[in-house]
Amino acid sequence: MAQQFGNILQKIDWHIILIYVFLVFAGWINIYSAVFDETAASIVDIDQKYGKQLIWIIAAFILAVSILIIDSGVYYAFADIFYVLVLLALIGVYLFAPEIKGARSWIEIGPFRFQPSEFAKLATCLMVAKNLGQHGVSIVKRSGIFRIGIIVLIPALLIVMQGDAGSALVFASLFLVFYREGMPFFIILFGVGAVLIFSLSIIWGAEIISILSIIGCLIAFVIYGTQKKHKLPLTTLLLVLAAFLLPLVCYIIMEEKYISLLFAGFILTIIPLAVYTYKKKVAMLMVLFGIAFGSVAISQSVDYVFSHILEAHQQKRINVFFGLESDPRGSEFNVIQSKIAIGSGDWFGKGFLDGTQTKNDFVPEQSTDFIFCTIGEEWGFVGSVIVIALFVYLICRIMRDAERQRTKFSRIYGYCVASVLFFHIAVNIGMTIGLMPVIGIPLPFFSYGGSSLWGFTILLFIFVKLDANREQLIQ
Amino acid sequence: MEHRRSILTFIVIALAIVYVGRLFYIQVMDDTYKLDAQNNSRRFEVHHPARGLVYDRNGKLIVTNEVAYDLMVVTGQIKNLDTIALLSLINVNKDVFMSELKKAKQNRYKPYPIVKQISAENYVRLQEQLYNFPGFYVQTRTVRKYPYHCGALVLGYISEVDKNEIEANNYYEQGDYIGKIGIEKSYESYLRGVKGGKYYQVDVKGRVKGSLENGKYDKNVVLGKNITTTLDIELQQYGERLMQNKKGSIVAIDPKTGGILAIVSAPTFDPNIMVGRLVGENYKRLVNDPLKPLYNRPIQGDRYPPGSTFKTLNALVGLQEGIVNRHTMYGCQAGYNSGGLHVGCHNHVSPIDLVESIKMSCNAYYCNEFRAILDANKFPSVREGFLKWRSHILSFGLGDRLGVDLPSERPGIVPKAEFYDRVYGKNRWKSLTIVSLSIGQGEISMTPLQMANIAATIANKGYYYTPHVVQEIDDTVFDKSFIQKHQTSIDPKFFDIVQEGMYQVVQGGPGATAWFVALKDIAMCGKTGTAQNPHGADHSIFMAFAPREDPKIAISVYVENAGFGATWAAPIASLMIEKYLKDTITATWREKQILEKDFIHSR
Repeated sequence: MAQQFGNILQKIDWHIILIYVFLVFAGWINIYSAVFDETAASIVDIDQKYGKQLIWIIAAFILAVSILIIDSGVYYAFADIFYVLVLLALIGVYLFAPEIKGARSWIEIGPFRFQPSEFAKLATCLMVAKNLGQHGVSIVKRSGIFRIGIIVLIPALLIVMQGDAGSALVFASLFLVFYREGMPFFIILFGVGAVLIFSLSIIWGAEIISILSIIGCLIAFVIYGTQKKHKLPLTTLLLVLAAFLLPLVCYIIMEEKYISLLFAGFILTIIPLAVYTYKKKVAMLMVLFGIAFGSVAISQSVDYVFSHILEAHQQKRINVFFGLESDPRGSEFNVIQSKIAIGSGDWFGKGFLDGTQTKNDFVPEQSTDFIFCTIGEEWGFVGSVIVIALFVYLICRIMRDAERQRTKFSRIYGYCVASVLFFHIAVNIGMTIGLMPVIGIPLPFFSYGGSSLWGFTILLFIFVKLDANREQLIQ
Repeated sequence: MEHRRSILTFIVIALAIVYVGRLFYIQVMDDTYKLDAQNNSRRFEVHHPARGLVYDRNGKLIVTNEVAYDLMVVTGQIKNLDTIALLSLINVNKDVFMSELKKAKQNRYKPYPIVKQISAENYVRLQEQLYNFPGFYVQTRTVRKYPYHCGALVLGYISEVDKNEIEANNYYEQGDYIGKIGIEKSYESYLRGVKGGKYYQVDVKGRVKGSLENGKYDKNVVLGKNITTTLDIELQQYGERLMQNKKGSIVAIDPKTGGILAIVSAPTFDPNIMVGRLVGENYKRLVNDPLKPLYNRPIQGDRYPPGSTFKTLNALVGLQEGIVNRHTMYGCQAGYNSGGLHVGCHNHVSPIDLVESIKMSCNAYYCNEFRAILDANKFPSVREGFLKWRSHILSFGLGDRLGVDLPSERPGIVPKAEFYDRVYGKNRWKSLTIVSLSIGQGEISMTPLQMANIAATIANKGYYYTPHVVQEIDDTVFDKSFIQKHQTSIDPKFFDIVQEGMYQVVQGGPGATAWFVALKDIAMCGKTGTAQNPHGADHSIFMAFAPREDPKIAISVYVENAGFGATWAAPIASLMIEKYLKDTITATWREKQILEKDFIHSR
């Protein structure tokens, strides 16, 4: 055992460990500063957040060491059980937990609160890695997509049901993993396109975007169809043009209230055409119809998603982010104050404990989701860039290490860790500087909170352990 | 699939670069966030120093301070405002309050005076309830009080700074007060002192968290400086009483120093109406008053022709140039006739000498004398003669601002030769063309202050000090320009002759133009004037000084559209002189007559 542990110490990627330790302590210092109060007795005052965080940090270190000691086969073997347990916990939380800030996502045990969704990420990553790593399972094949899709969607939906849509969004980051594992790039492009259409539909209204996407496809079709190399028969061209134009003309002639007719007409004309093009093997036309139909469907679903799935405060945040609504006392206030705090940092910041904005409670959630404000204000541009650079280095290092794994399981898990970290960091920092909408997810290793710190510590150290054991692990 | 790692690495780094760029922009390049942060977390509590007090020459307090209470608001800190409850405490119209609140909301962090000058009684009630209205607090401030209720235009008033004043001087902020007219304006920088204040750190709810860096940036208040004026406030008050229901002015100067004893502009108003919550309405009323009470006639009224009082200067120029002497005689056939021109005169013996010409105010004498100056053989041309005459006149401080320490002084007019060139053609004008200058009519004009200054100069036999209102400022070296002697170009010995003439005007017994205003025991010298003007009846003018041997007061009195100078202006001057020198009025019947005379309402 001791021999084995010594072996691990040699194989371990110390870069990752050092960055981890540095980030965790930097996080603690900033939490200390954010909630600093001259009247508190000592730095380990258990009544203060920084006192509690210190305990969690120590516990996290113990966890990390334990993970390094435990046999790496355990994570592979128990992935399924862990996943199921987490799903049960999520359901339990949904059914029994008290509502805190509009979300039922906390389990209370004594003075501590525990958030299963933090561990759901970990369990899902392990489960995805295990399943996708199995021989014969591929994200390129439909069966693989279906299987992995189910694994990801179940916890994601459970978390949405808890009212914590922000945490659920984290699962979207796994697309990066799928991309690495061979998913065609255009699927990611479609994903980006779908987000774009969704966003634009919120800003400009669903009708305009629907019509614009139909017209866009029409133009693409005309350019494609009149090219010499796939010169389409005239009848086909006219038919397709008619299929696109007829509903448009109907829409223009009739009034807006008959918009449902437009889509009915669109579907009616598109079905025979789809059959026709399938027979004639004009694949491009299928794709065009697919895109047109998909965009229309997405933009038309905006209303529903917006008013039925999202909570009022989430709708508000999105509207504020797109500038459709002004809410200087609410979520916009958070972002304004956050930008003021960071913006007042200048090159080198105001110095430890000297931030006027964070110290005097101008920034809400300053020890949790908005901890980056303290960094920006007290350590300035230089401090912020150092933190971002370390995060980037950490993510790149994990991806580098992932590539040298001999098992698909370890590699996929490594990419899962990198993607989840990347998503958290990008969204969290982006939100504090006004580049992302306010989505309440923590900054890894920095934000106050035991669940989050432990979740990320376990997530990271399982990979460190897998990496250290890479030579023993053969599939 | 190794290349896909590169693409993913690229995505991560690209996003990081965007974030770093954004951080660089908001942290290093863009300063607005730093300013916002300061406004956010600091509160500067302004401490306004008490404004300097103003005393008269006898040490009487003539401008003083009173405490006022302003309700301030920081809109960013308002919580659950119960407007109705608040308004019930301070008796303010709801619409006014809401519109002020709207203005206040333009800056959420900055204190804004939402209701000014709450009464002391409301203040007490409000103070008890104030904890119910987060974001509101009361700031005490001093306001002006004018215990003698007079001297509005000379003392001036203070009111809130306007936009232009804030732009012109970055000392001022919205809600500050500034002197608008009078010495409140011209001595603003001394009277106001320097405001200071304390910086506090506040949290998001506006709660004070302590001083900012142990008061490193706090600014000490510098108290306003007290000012002693040359005014005799009782004389000022008396002058304003004499001028009630009349239009015009009185300026009294101490010839020995140039200190202004009284400077009355009529009609006037009580300066206390420019303090308090009705300032806006009162100001509007004053601005729209057709009698123009805000028009400071003694120093701004420079379209007054001097009339016959100007003969004294022409006599002096004639003597200086050797054209006439004390015994030079000119005849008068009830006026002056030459080349079809007729200047009328009243009935008196003829011919008369220089002293008698002043005593009788003979028009013919001065037409002859003036023409004799301009046409004298020693001058190569009329133009040269005129230029010489003009240079003597200018040496009395005419044709330009005297430099009194009050705002908006006007220069008056002494026409230039070029002016006549333009009107009559180059060298096409002769002494006869401009002969009306001899009797103080025509193109010449001066302010009442300038006329009082002429009286002072004659009293001093040839010199004057720049007239001024302020005698002393605490801890400040006095402005040197006020102790500098201005010598005229006339030899002092000639002044005896003119003084004799002016003495005869008053003391020369029946027949002299103002013999009936003579005072027992006081040797008064004076000169009447009756100026024709395009705005109705003649202006009644009198200038005088007394006592002759040891002049203590020089005075000019204008009563607009009141007729002969001897009728109204002379008695007023006489009363003023007696009041100043003796402090009692012997001719009470005359005082009564003046006080009862109403030129404004009974026309």
